[in-house]
Amino acid sequence: MTGVQSVDSVALLPAYLAAGTAVLVLLTDLLLARARATIAVAALGALGTAVGAVLVGLGGERRTFCVGADCSWIFGGRAALVAAVVALLTLGVLGLSVPALLAGRSPVGEYAFLLACSMTGGVVLGAAGDLITLIVALETLTLPLYVLVGLRRGSLASAEAALTFFVVSVVATTLTLLGAALLYAVTGGLHLDRLSALLAERPELRELPLTTAAVAVLLVGLAFKVAAVPFHAWAPATYDGAPLPVAAYLSTASKLGGLVALLAVVQRALPADQTGPVLALLAVLTMTVGNLVALRQRRTVRLLAWSSVAQAGYILAPLGALALAAGRTEEARSAAYAAAVTYAVFFVVLELAAFAGVTALRPAGADGGTVDDLRGAARRHPWRAAALGLALVGLAGLPPGLAGLFAKVTVVRALLDGGAAWLALVVALNAVIGLAYYLRVTAALWAPTPLAAPNGGGAAAVPLVGVVAVVLAVATVAAVVLGVAPQLVLDLAGR
Amino acid sequence: MSFGQVLLVAVLAVPALGAVAVAATPRDRAARLVGTVAAALTLLAAVPLVFGGRGWFAWSADAPAVRPWHQLDLPWVPGLELRFHLGVDGISWPLVVLTALLTLLCCAYTMWRVPDGGSGRALVALLLVVEVGILGTFLALDLVLFFLFFEVVLLPMYAIIAGWGGADRRRAARKFALYTLFGSVLLLVGVYVVVAAAGTADVVALTGGAGMSRGTQLAAFTLLALAFAVKSPLWPLHSWLPDAHTQAPTVGSVVLAGVLLKMGTYGLIRVAVGVAPEGARWASPVLGVLAVAAILIGSLVCLAQADVKRLIAYSSVGHMGFVLLGVATLTTVGLQAALIGNVAHGVITGLLFFLAGAVKDRTGTGTLAELSGLRETAPRLAGLLAFAAIASLGLPGLAGFWGEAFAVIAAVQVGGPLWTTLGVLAAVGGALTAAYFLRLLRQVTHNRPSPAVGQVGPGLAGAELTAWVPLVLLALAIGLAPALVLGVAEAPVDALIGVVFP
Repeated sequence: MTGVQSVDSVALLPAYLAAGTAVLVLLTDLLLARARATIAVAALGALGTAVGAVLVGLGGERRTFCVGADCSWIFGGRAALVAAVVALLTLGVLGLSVPALLAGRSPVGEYAFLLACSMTGGVVLGAAGDLITLIVALETLTLPLYVLVGLRRGSLASAEAALTFFVVSVVATTLTLLGAALLYAVTGGLHLDRLSALLAERPELRELPLTTAAVAVLLVGLAFKVAAVPFHAWAPATYDGAPLPVAAYLSTASKLGGLVALLAVVQRALPADQTGPVLALLAVLTMTVGNLVALRQRRTVRLLAWSSVAQAGYILAPLGALALAAGRTEEARSAAYAAAVTYAVFFVVLELAAFAGVTALRPAGADGGTVDDLRGAARRHPWRAAALGLALVGLAGLPPGLAGLFAKVTVVRALLDGGAAWLALVVALNAVIGLAYYLRVTAALWAPTPLAAPNGGGAAAVPLVGVVAVVLAVATVAAVVLGVAPQLVLDLAGR
Repeated sequence: MSFGQVLLVAVLAVPALGAVAVAATPRDRAARLVGTVAAALTLLAAVPLVFGGRGWFAWSADAPAVRPWHQLDLPWVPGLELRFHLGVDGISWPLVVLTALLTLLCCAYTMWRVPDGGSGRALVALLLVVEVGILGTFLALDLVLFFLFFEVVLLPMYAIIAGWGGADRRRAARKFALYTLFGSVLLLVGVYVVVAAAGTADVVALTGGAGMSRGTQLAAFTLLALAFAVKSPLWPLHSWLPDAHTQAPTVGSVVLAGVLLKMGTYGLIRVAVGVAPEGARWASPVLGVLAVAAILIGSLVCLAQADVKRLIAYSSVGHMGFVLLGVATLTTVGLQAALIGNVAHGVITGLLFFLAGAVKDRTGTGTLAELSGLRETAPRLAGLLAFAAIASLGLPGLAGFWGEAFAVIAAVQVGGPLWTTLGVLAAVGGALTAAYFLRLLRQVTHNRPSPAVGQVGPGLAGAELTAWVPLVLLALAIGLAPALVLGVAEAPVDALIGVVFP
């Protein structure tokens, strides 16, 4: 029976569910053409995908599409975590989009279909076992976003943002592909595990300049996706021009996707002594530049965008410990990977809560506005402002946002275990800079409103759409629960 | 759970639940009353912690250096070495009671007067949250838990300053938050340097160094000492303090000066010195020099201050300098001086800020040049101010004396040219302290009443007396019977010095 593979469909179930969601959404939109039905189908599909991922993940690791010992699809604990988180983020973002969709600001069917397609990419990404699956999954995640960013009708900023995002992203993909091709040229392998085995077996391959170039190009391409400095310039413009929920998706699911891809190649394929220094440098630059520029932002979404650039730096930081020999022991390495995943999970929950808070405090379909537009919001909407405040404080890493505090603690701990005290200090000092702008937004929420401001400055009363409230409440409760019991995430990420 | 464990949990749970109850009570005055009752219950739970548990550890060679009277140890986040480990002993108990008392007095004071800026309900809730953070810091016997509680205090205190403070409150509050966070992130790194090297975060196991290498201990002590130096604050990291104290509302200043600063000195003794004794021995001369610099600079700046709250704020820099000098000597006498100096400063400076707030509320100004002749129009207020100022300058028989005198004595006892000089300079600083407090008194109480003072009535409100009298009595009691603090602290300090110089 040569040439015929046995395919383990159970392992593929989450991917089937996600892709099926996209198809069903398209059909529902064609046949029923009712906005609410389309949204409901998309939401149920996303929920089903999350449940499916968790159920399959509970059953232990499953592999399929194998050639010998190398498999292209490895669905283990971390893949299940990524798939479930991406699906839930999609569900949350869909909920945040409801007011704008019902107000007719964007075509519902296309919007939900593209979102479901992007989710499919994210679900596949976590399980990818070779470079081609990985890059295709990453593109499936990103491709629909070019359109989604530009989908706000009649908005020039939106179209500009989409174009910027498209051009930068295509360049990044080209670089990633180039890196993958060069690696294939050097080693003759594409499977992640096989690459690392080959490079370990034949040390002379690692001495080749071509290998170093391949590693660097591959990493740089992926760094674009997580918006790491110096490949970050697209992010603020794109986030600010995109509809709010799409910005939320970009800064959570899309960023998580980039991180997972980066982690997959760093952890499983590439030699740590070559990736470590690059990652350490990227991390330091990313968090420092992100934080410093965020200090000067006046527009809420731009501020969140720059802050999420900085947060990407914290996510990359534990991987920077690989730069030193002490960080390359088996134990320190797995601690570093687990710390990066842990931080990413805490971050996406808080970031989603923050975007949900901003959405809830802004009129339906509006953009993020300026920080001054949120002034005094707590007087009119104490609960929504409190939820947003909690998310921002969590992103800053302070109590009562315990989830964010534990996220920072995890990163610092992993760095010190890996002997990278200098990087831990950089992370710590960056947290201080970060507090300055998170505090500015948070304080604005509770600031007294300007005396007479009929249209300029000050938060007006905003009716709350039920779905947005639910998303905000669920994200906030998740942040609080993870803050009290961070061990849940630590256990999952360590597997 | 034993009775002691129930008390430990109650000390933290009562103010935490109290804050929730205050936030949930719709009517402002009723909410403030609920908060005051919660603060009173916290004090009631804190005082009996002193009973029982002692003598339970017979002295032996392998007994740990930290021997809590009561402790509670539950797992929380094993992946981060975080355990919910609380305990109380002679070093922490006086500070726990002081915190509970000052918070109660502040809540009671808020029953009578709410500063401008926001609702009294929110202020009381925030005061209770701050209390949870401070008490947790004093009770934590797990380094990570200690760090966690250390952080809890930051934002509520920021909100108190930014919400109810003076004209320049936002800048002062932001400065406070950023400085303090700078300190606590260093604390975080320091804590995990220790945890990564020793494999545990248990303070009981770690005290004495737990076999950490010299390099690790020096690094850990440097980071931890810097963190606590910001909080205490130690010159030259003190510049957040005058702004924060001046701009904060009266109750905020009282809590800030009274107990918040003690988190730094307490942490220095319990965590920095205890966990990295070799680092402490190595750094003690530097610490001593900085402490004396703080005393002298604080006093000199005070001599030139024109604002009454700012003067008291800078006087804290000087007083905490004495406390840090006591710690830096690393002797039994020095540490005891530090502990009693801590408590005395909390009581006296708390009282001083209450009185300065009362003067400012009545006259509408805090500028010294516009205040004179208070004893003509408000003799009782002027008398109390004189009492507090004299207690603060260290008159024998009042609480301020012991900490300052014994810090100097400890420095001289250590001997050698450096420490003798430091002792002498600190004594000069003590004289300067007397000079600026007497200047304050001459300016405010004597001469003919200024226009601002002329309109002040002689009466004192009942709430004011309720808040002040306990502090006056405590200042007298500690001054006459320092054994109140030193009695309980003697054994743990001896044990600590025992591991610093094995």
